[in-house]
Amino acid sequence: MVVHNLLPTAPLQQNLSTVTLQVQDKDPVADGVVSLTLAHPDGTRLPDWTPGSHIDLILPSGVTRQYSLCGDRWDPYTYRIAVLREAPGRGGSAYVHDQLMPGNLVEVGGPRNHFPLAPAERYLFIAGGIGITPLLPMMHQADVTGADWQLLYGGRSRVSMAFLEELTASYGDRVHISPQDEVGLLDLEAWLSEPDARTKVYCCGPGPLLAAVEAASSQWPPYSLRTERFTAKALTEPVHRGPFEVELCRSGRTVTITPDVTVLQAVRQAGADVLSSCEHGTCGTCLTPVVEGTPDHRDSVLAEHERAANDCMLPCVSRSRSARLVLDL
Amino acid sequence: MSEAPAVAVEPPTSDADPFATEHLTTPEPLHHALREAGPVVRLSRYDVYALARYRDVHAALVDWQTFQSAAGVGLANFRHSKPWRPPSLLLEADPPHHDAPRRVLREILAPPALRRLRAAWQPIADDLVDTVLATQGTDFDAFEALAKAFPLRVFPDAVGLRPDGRDNLLPYGNMAFNAFGPVNALVQADAARAADLSAWVNAQCARQALTDDGFGARIWAAADRGDLTHEQAPLVVRSLLTAGVDTTVHGLAATLYALAGHPGEWQRLRERPDLARVAFDEAVRWQSPVQTFFRTATTDVAIAGSLIPEGSKILMFLGAANRDPARWNDPDRYDLTRDPSGHVGFGMGIHQCVGQHVARLEAEALLTALARRVERIELAGEPRRHLNNTLRSFAALPVRVRPAS
Repeated sequence: MVVHNLLPTAPLQQNLSTVTLQVQDKDPVADGVVSLTLAHPDGTRLPDWTPGSHIDLILPSGVTRQYSLCGDRWDPYTYRIAVLREAPGRGGSAYVHDQLMPGNLVEVGGPRNHFPLAPAERYLFIAGGIGITPLLPMMHQADVTGADWQLLYGGRSRVSMAFLEELTASYGDRVHISPQDEVGLLDLEAWLSEPDARTKVYCCGPGPLLAAVEAASSQWPPYSLRTERFTAKALTEPVHRGPFEVELCRSGRTVTITPDVTVLQAVRQAGADVLSSCEHGTCGTCLTPVVEGTPDHRDSVLAEHERAANDCMLPCVSRSRSARLVLDL
Repeated sequence: MSEAPAVAVEPPTSDADPFATEHLTTPEPLHHALREAGPVVRLSRYDVYALARYRDVHAALVDWQTFQSAAGVGLANFRHSKPWRPPSLLLEADPPHHDAPRRVLREILAPPALRRLRAAWQPIADDLVDTVLATQGTDFDAFEALAKAFPLRVFPDAVGLRPDGRDNLLPYGNMAFNAFGPVNALVQADAARAADLSAWVNAQCARQALTDDGFGARIWAAADRGDLTHEQAPLVVRSLLTAGVDTTVHGLAATLYALAGHPGEWQRLRERPDLARVAFDEAVRWQSPVQTFFRTATTDVAIAGSLIPEGSKILMFLGAANRDPARWNDPDRYDLTRDPSGHVGFGMGIHQCVGQHVARLEAEALLTALARRVERIELAGEPRRHLNNTLRSFAALPVRVRPAS
C-alpha cells in the first residue's frame, strides 16, 4: 500500500532553482566510481525526470558538475547518480569521492534533459565507461515500451565498469560487455555497418568514442544517432572575429562583446541575471532566448533544428554571426 | 511518509451527482460540502472517490506513479471499457509513453517559440476590440464578441488549419469534454454529431491538411526528426485541437466575467495593464474552466487514513481546490493583488496544461486591447451558462461598456 504523502511537493521539472538534498547512500560500484543516492531531508517528492536527464551538484567550493540520473523514475523520493573519479579533474569528482558522505547535504539543480529518449522500434545503446549512466534508465524504458534493444558497453577493464552485475542480471544477452583489456576497442564497424531506419543509436562516453560512433554511422539516416558529451566539443573558431553588439531588450541596455569576453560575462556585467553552470556549453543552464540576430552556436547541447531556429543560444560559449544580437534579458 | 494505518477508515459517502445540472450550474455549494466532509469522499452514485481539498488534489496531481491517467481521465475506466476514440498521447498516457509527445509539444508551445505570435496577435486583438466597439456599441455579448471571437481568429491559424470547417472546433471540444463525465443527457445531445465531428477533426490532423508554418507542421517536423513517430504526430495535433480551443474561450469568458463583476479590479488592470496575465490566472483559479478530471489508483492508497482501493476512479475537483480556504485567503474573492501561483486550474505535475502559455498570450493580447479602449465594463444582465460535464462554460455574457475618451 502506498501511503499518500501530504507533505508539500518539490518544484517541477525545468525549475532552475536549486534544492538541498541529503546523501542517503554512497556505494562503490566500480574501481574509481561511486554511486550516490540523494533524497530530500524532509522525505518529500523530488522533481520528476525523464531518462537522459542530469542534475547539477553544486559543491561547497562553488564548483558545479552535471551527473546523469541513473535510478528509477518510478521512485519519486530518491535520485541516483554515479561519479567517476577523474584524476586531473577540476576538483568536483575528488570532493564527491573523498568528502561527501552519507548524511551530508548538497545543493542540487535541475533536473534538465538534453538527451531525451525518442520513440523507436529498436535501440542500439553504446556506452563508454561512465557514459553508461544516462543509458541505464533508457534501457529500462525501452523494456517497458517493448522495444527491441542491445547495449554495447566498453570500458578499460571489467573492474572499472559500473553496474555490470545489475545489467547482466536484469537484461542477460541484450548486454554486450567489451572490456578493452580483454577484447580491445568496441567493434563499432560490426554493429553500425548496416544502417537501419527503425533503430536509434544512443551513445554516451568520452570524446573519441563519440567521434568513432559518428564516423561509423555516417551512412545512417539523419537523426538516427543521438549523443551526449561529458566534455565539450573543441570550440570552433568564432565566425565573427571582431566585436559585436548585444542588446538586452528588457533593460534596453546594449553591450559590446569584444573577443576576450564571453556573451555571458558581458551581459552579467550589464546587470542581466543569467543562471549558468558549466560555462563550457555542455549543460544548457544559461540557455537564453534570442529575439533578433543570428547566434554563432558553439555549444555541445542544442540539436541541429534548435540551432537552425536561432531563437535561443548558450551565451557561455556562443557568439554572434550578425553585427547585433537582441536577447530577451 | 507515514506508516499505513492498521485499519483504514471508511471515508464519508455522498450520493450527490457532480454532473447533475444544479452542480454544473452552481458548483460552489457541492465543493464546500465535499471539502468539509473530509479529505476523501466516496461518491456512491458512480462508485468513485472524490478529492476536493487543495493539498490532496495537488498531491494526487503530481503523483503520476500512484494516480494514473492512462486508464482515462474521465469516468470511463479504460482498463475495462473501450475509449470512444484512440486515447490522447498526452492527457490519457503516463510515462514512458507520455514523455516524447509531451516534450515535443512543450518545445513548440514554450514561451520563446511564442514570441513571434505575441507581435502578430496584439494588432489582431486591437482590431477586434475596435470593430466590436464600432459595430456593436456599448452593449454586447462579450462571450460571442470577444471570448469566443478572439481565440477562433488566432488559434486555428497558429495551428495551421485551413479556413473550411472551423466552426466544428468548439462543438468537438464540447463533445470531448462532455465525454469525461457519465453518459448523461449532455453526452447524448452530442451523439448525433459525434462521428462527423471526429471525422472532421481527424482529417485536420493529417500533414497535408495543415499549412507548413504552424504548430501542426512543427509537430510533423518533429516526427521527421524521429522525436515522435509518424503514427503519433496526428494524435498530438488532435490534442492541440481538442484542448486548445474551448478551454481558452471559457477561460477568457471567465476573465471578462470576473472583471465586469469587479469594477475595482478593472480599474486596477487599466492602471497597470501588465496585470493582464494575473487577471487571467486569477480568473482561472476563481472559475476553474476545467472543473474536474479523474485519475485511477495504481495501488491501494491511504489518504489521511481513508483507503482508496487499487483500480478505483478518483475525481479531483480542481474548482474546489482552487477555492479551498486552507490554501487561499478569502478564496471566493476575485483579487488582482493576490498571487494566484499554484492554482490547479491548469492541472499540476507532468500533465499540467502544456498550452497554458498560448492561453496566457491570448488573454494578454485581448485584455491589453480592451483595457486601452474601455474605461468601464459591467455586467448588463445575468450571464448564461452553457452546461458541460467538465468545463465551466458560458453561453452568453451581456456587458455594457463605456469607451475611453
